[in-house]
Amino acid sequence: MSYLANLGKIFVASAFVNNIVLLQFLGLCSYIGLTDDMHASIGMGYAVTFVTVLAAAVTWIIDRWILIPFNLQPFLQIVSFILVIGSLVGLVEIYIRKMSPHLYKAMGIYLPLIATNCLILGVTFINSLQGFDFVESIVEAIGAAIGYFMAMLILAGIRERLRNSELPDFFKGKAIAYMVSGIVALAFMGFQGMIK
Amino acid sequence: MKKYWRIVWNGITPANPILILAIGLCSVVAVTNSVQNALLMTFVFSFVLIFSEIIISLLRKVIPVDIRVPIFVVVIATFTTIATLLSRAYFNSIYEAIKLYIFLVVVNCIIIGRAEAFSYQNSIVDSIFDGIGMSIGYGWVIIVMAAVREVFGNGTIAGFRVFPASYSPALVMILPPAGFLILGVLVGWLEFTLRKKKVKK
Repeated sequence: MSYLANLGKIFVASAFVNNIVLLQFLGLCSYIGLTDDMHASIGMGYAVTFVTVLAAAVTWIIDRWILIPFNLQPFLQIVSFILVIGSLVGLVEIYIRKMSPHLYKAMGIYLPLIATNCLILGVTFINSLQGFDFVESIVEAIGAAIGYFMAMLILAGIRERLRNSELPDFFKGKAIAYMVSGIVALAFMGFQGMIK
Repeated sequence: MKKYWRIVWNGITPANPILILAIGLCSVVAVTNSVQNALLMTFVFSFVLIFSEIIISLLRKVIPVDIRVPIFVVVIATFTTIATLLSRAYFNSIYEAIKLYIFLVVVNCIIIGRAEAFSYQNSIVDSIFDGIGMSIGYGWVIIVMAAVREVFGNGTIAGFRVFPASYSPALVMILPPAGFLILGVLVGWLEFTLRKKKVKK
């Protein structure tokens, strides 16, 4: 398989076949917590896309050039990744606030939430476990972020409709959101035949 | 003594981290496809939670307010690393199946949330009891979910056969979607019982 086809396969796998939210369950806190509000889901989607790609690039460099050559990976990987991502998010926040107030308005308030989002750290660990090279890592991160964005939009749309539907009182809110995401996940499992 | 019991009980239902607060969900849905996975996850989670609550509560007078979150994260990450290495050494086959979610204990919102909301303000003994309560609250939910999913999806509990071998399993129960469905049912049920209690009062 050519290199480009391989990249395509990684993208499809991470966006659809192994959708990061619905089938790998990363980033569920924000997925359930923020989809009450369509606007918030979109802002969070942009912010996550941006930071995931950046974090994948930075942690790949750290993993390959520092942790593996010095044999530090088994016991310093978790600490270094989380600290790097935390400070990266802080830097991005400062930069965006100074350079583009408009963008900051759209996604700035969600940036602090991201520092401890499982999705971003999860993607960097997946990259490291799979042994992806630099470009593959970036593609995986883009795919995962698009998968997240897609799942957020789907659930936010459904929940908007659910608000006006007649449900037993105790299922309103989170309980029904879980069950709906179960059904959406079932639908996403239909993509499984796309790659071998 | 009553005070400690109240702290522990608080974690088990009224402020159950998973069902009521709905945080730290990633691992819950992912590892509940078999009881063994759920047990290892509970062990890792309680290890990290209790020890980081102890350390943070010991250091709460030293940690400056402005940079508390990075310090919490470093403490939690240290214990996560220890727990990762421990489970790799002693439970290797289960570890291989769920290692991604064991790594991700470090960003588990429950642990950071408890560090911030409880052990940063309370004494060390209170923090230990809070850690125990939260761990039980987390543990019972994921073990119940895992037991339901494994019985129906595979006919076994923790590897022991419950249903006869002729039982043809409902495969969907150990696949991802059922995790969401069962969590939804559990949350709805708890909401239902809590409401009924309120009406009675």
